[in-house]
Amino acid sequence: MSTRQFGEPVQRNADPALLKGEGAFIDDISLPGALHAAFVRSEHARARIRSIDISAAESLPDVVAVYTADTIGALDVELPMLIPHPCITSGGKTQRPLARDDVFYAGQCIAMVVAVDRYTAEDACSVVEVAYEPLPVELDLEKAIADGAPPVHDDIPNNVAAHFVQESGDADAAFAAAEHTTTVRVRLERSTAAPMECRAVAARWDGVSGELTVWDSTQATISVRGGLASLFDIDEDRIRVIAPNVGGGFGQKIMMFHPDEILVPFAAMQLDRPVKYIEDRVENFIGASQERAQIHEISLAAKKDGTVLGLRDSFIHDTGAFIPYGIAIAQVASTSIAGPYRIPDIWVEMTLVYTPCVQVTPYRGCGRPQACFAIERALDRLADELGIDRTEIRRRNFIGPGEFPYEREGLLFADGLAVNYDSGEYEKALDLITETVDLAGFRKEQEAARAEGRYLGFGIGFYVEGTGLGPYEGGHVKVHPITGKVYVTTGLTSQGQGHETVFAQIAADQVGCDVRDVIFVEGDTQAHEWGVATFASRAAVVSGNAIHKAAVKARARIIAAAANMLETGEDSIELRDGRAWIVDGNRSVSLAEIATASNPLRYAFNEASQTATQFAPASTHDGPPLAEGQAPGIEETDYFSPSHATWAYGVHAAIVEFFPDTCGMEIKRYLCIHDCGNMINPMIVEGQVMGGIGQGIGGAFYERCAFDGNGTPLAANFMDFLMPYATEVPDAEILHMETPSPLNPLGIKGVGEAGTIPVSQVVASAMEDAFAPLGIAPVRESPMSPDMIHGLLAEAQSRR
Amino acid sequence: MKPALFDYVAPETVEAAVAALAGDETARPLAGGQSLIPTMNFRLSAPGRLVDLRRIEALRGIAVADGTIRVGAMTRHRELETHEGANRANPLIGEVLDNVAHIAIRNRGTVGGSIAHADSAAELPCLLVATGGTVSVQGPDGSREIGADDLFRFHMTTSLAQTEILTEVRIPALPPGTGYAFEEFARRRGDYALAGVCTLLTVEDGRCGEARIAACGIGARPVRLAAAEDALRGRAVDDAARADAGEAAREYMTAPADMQAGVAYRTDLLAALVRRTVATAARRAGG
Ligand SMILES: Cc1cc2nc3c(=O)[nH]c(=O)nc-3n(C[C@H](O)[C@H](O)[C@H](O)COP(=O)(O)OP(=O)(O)OC[C@H]3O[C@@H](n4cnc5c(N)ncnc54)[C@H](O)[C@@H]3O)c2cc1C
Repeated sequence: MSTRQFGEPVQRNADPALLKGEGAFIDDISLPGALHAAFVRSEHARARIRSIDISAAESLPDVVAVYTADTIGALDVELPMLIPHPCITSGGKTQRPLARDDVFYAGQCIAMVVAVDRYTAEDACSVVEVAYEPLPVELDLEKAIADGAPPVHDDIPNNVAAHFVQESGDADAAFAAAEHTTTVRVRLERSTAAPMECRAVAARWDGVSGELTVWDSTQATISVRGGLASLFDIDEDRIRVIAPNVGGGFGQKIMMFHPDEILVPFAAMQLDRPVKYIEDRVENFIGASQERAQIHEISLAAKKDGTVLGLRDSFIHDTGAFIPYGIAIAQVASTSIAGPYRIPDIWVEMTLVYTPCVQVTPYRGCGRPQACFAIERALDRLADELGIDRTEIRRRNFIGPGEFPYEREGLLFADGLAVNYDSGEYEKALDLITETVDLAGFRKEQEAARAEGRYLGFGIGFYVEGTGLGPYEGGHVKVHPITGKVYVTTGLTSQGQGHETVFAQIAADQVGCDVRDVIFVEGDTQAHEWGVATFASRAAVVSGNAIHKAAVKARARIIAAAANMLETGEDSIELRDGRAWIVDGNRSVSLAEIATASNPLRYAFNEASQTATQFAPASTHDGPPLAEGQAPGIEETDYFSPSHATWAYGVHAAIVEFFPDTCGMEIKRYLCIHDCGNMINPMIVEGQVMGGIGQGIGGAFYERCAFDGNGTPLAANFMDFLMPYATEVPDAEILHMETPSPLNPLGIKGVGEAGTIPVSQVVASAMEDAFAPLGIAPVRESPMSPDMIHGLLAEAQSRR
Repeated sequence: MKPALFDYVAPETVEAAVAALAGDETARPLAGGQSLIPTMNFRLSAPGRLVDLRRIEALRGIAVADGTIRVGAMTRHRELETHEGANRANPLIGEVLDNVAHIAIRNRGTVGGSIAHADSAAELPCLLVATGGTVSVQGPDGSREIGADDLFRFHMTTSLAQTEILTEVRIPALPPGTGYAFEEFARRRGDYALAGVCTLLTVEDGRCGEARIAACGIGARPVRLAAAEDALRGRAVDDAARADAGEAAREYMTAPADMQAGVAYRTDLLAALVRRTVATAARRAGG
């Protein structure tokens, strides 16, 4: 047997090309004669459009077309409601590709200019005259649902987009039996994924063949193809959607359709010229999906010993002006709310609110950071009130290793199925982190620092992450007869996660080849046309297992063919180094020879193929060259459809110094224990977790999509939206645990979003711990900031 | 994020550059482009003509002589930051420039550009005010010299005419025995400061002699904190003196609240940075 690749920190296959600048992102794809699109966007959050005058723009030289809602024909419709749910008011509002009559957020597309280059297109945008009648707005979530608040949509009273209650057990009984209850209110603000590559789309229409090719910086090529087929009424096999190298998505690119995604192909067909749209940074900040704003009021019913009996959480979720992704984020928040804790009785109420801001769709974490902040803040508070150590209270409430599967009947997760934790060793993770951080030692250090007027704090946050949702993905494995390389495809797309490497490891283990000899293709509907998309930390779980299953079948065929060629029994064959060997012997055949021999040939291209031609001496079959029921070559396809989500988890802790005079902070140590089941590649897991931690630190202390009272975005560039630099993100100490998932053959769980989830809690918890001697009020908001620290310190001082 | 149409010229002499500016009242000099190009890409500015100063040899170079560091306007930040002679003559220079943006930007951005740009939170203008430096400018009617106090008018506004080019920046060397310190607080390393303070002082017989303190980020332009200086002169630089200097600085805070800092916070921050820099400068002065 070859050395097993699964579990090895194999270097990423994709990196050499990317590091040498040889990647091809959409803007790198050269389409001779391409036109460029730019958008006229609303300057108002909520307004009626009195008139749009495009005449000056149309008459500029080199402007090819200017489209408004009036000139896009059948596309002038409300875009698909992607994830409907019965609790959504009136079925839910989605936006039109170009605004008709009304605008609902500053940044909404009103007109699209197509010109010979982007410079000209922007010149033309600047002379499109839009007359607005501004309407009143309310951005405060709580005021927006009060009677009399100005409506975002005239026919939606109180701006309530959806209202839903989920229950597990009997929370009322738990609260009646409680010896102590604690209630906290927490608030998280809007943020955005801010991928390095903004949105980008290019399209080419071939009028002769009737084929539309769309290059889309999307997480969901197959789904985009389905949507385009439906909107344009073209057969799926006439549409090819390709996501080439994609510079980050983080959920923003799972959302479809951003207006450009359909208007660019539309213009390409109308004008019979390739058209490109490369969204710029400002547009990404004002026009692409955002997330995170929620207000939770969470109560815990507990016994004096800290055992939590029940939980009630009522939260408001900002869905922006439209709700194309349904209640997904709020639903994930509501089902993650009890974290790794036993808490048998749960009642969660969610109210989704329309606000005159760009739509909210999932951003890495997708409701989990909010839920984690709520439950963990509440648990810290409960510990403080009961005089129990913050780590100890968690220990007392963990679901034990013997209690899995642990179902929360009645709480439905994003896949529509009851929350059902499959495996975990929560207490062990907590032990590991407190030992690694040397909590006892830190307490001494903290004491000594306080004596010098320095403020160090310890913060901790635990989280669970439901990952690997269905419905399904496919895997396709084929051995190339000429080169012997192993060709693997799936229906996903990659935004840099390392799919090409981990999936190669999985396939290589079965086929017995080098990881570098696996050619992996995704993000192209022509390469693989069944599947869903990359989201919800599901790629490794769902496609990984599908590819594994297909590779297991391919392995069986390789062994059968090799046994035949080597005239031995299947039991005596082993696969390694790209060849099939007789066990304990020195005779072997290569994968290329096996694939060639499995494919009856008429023409001989090389030595190996001579043996597969009809008149070759070895051709001693009686029946037809390809036996009935047999397929040529070594090629297998299989699918994996998970029974339900698999639950990863982890715990983060940090030691943070806070400076009361500048109100700054410095993260001295950041630790993470993470368990995503069996790791395909620990280096890639670490990269995912580290990236998530960086994004989480951004969310905890730096990044905020702020708006003024009129709904004008205030943070529409990287000077105001403070994505942390490398200097703000410490090296994290990441330790792994591996509790296999029983739900899939490889025993894996997802990891993509994990790192982001508990960071706000960790920083808040550390801040309270650091400033405990100064008596600051509890930290209830994220992101935190120096200004907020200043406020807490000033308020504490005024009370002293 | 594409600029509007503009003309581009790259003359080789200051005279030609001045003439090119005079020919179009919307013309702007282009130095390192680290501030100007972003505003053009955001379409916040649309100069009809860019006069690139990069080919003008006379605008380059650093000379240290007679107690003055003379820096050609087109000298890159990084060149000055790492210039041994300049830093020996005035070690505040390196300490300040370390806080200006990031190395990649300092490799392009110029000393003259930073001062002509006159961002109210920028560090180099603050250095010039604290050290009492001057600049030379050249226009259609010849050249003139402007002292730091008369140069900075308002956020992103100097007393230069549209047709004038800043040719040289002169930073005084620090007299021997002068303690110095620059400290700022920015949300992220390399960002423009929420507040920054430059302090220079001498300590004689355990007491503060000369003191010059300037701050950036706290108003429409870099300002001398004269009352804070007064609070120190003639006193032992102890906790109480530092605290008094910090308190005295508060009256200079005129910046309105913005997304990152409210008025109360920024005022306290200013006082804290005065205390911190005074402590460091006094230590370095041997006090
Ligand atoms: C990400 C980032 C972070 C930054 N952070 C900081 C920071 O923390 N602190 C800081 O101070 N700066 C910061 N900057 C700005 C940087 O320092 C700029 O380089 C500097 O402000 C302008 O210098 P420049 O040579 O690039 O000038 P340009 O951008 O070319 O010009 C700026 C302005 O000055 C005018 N100008 C330039 N040279 C002359 C001249 N010789 N005579 C007359 N007018 C002239 C131009 O016409 C223009 O109006 C940052 C920039 C970036 C991109």
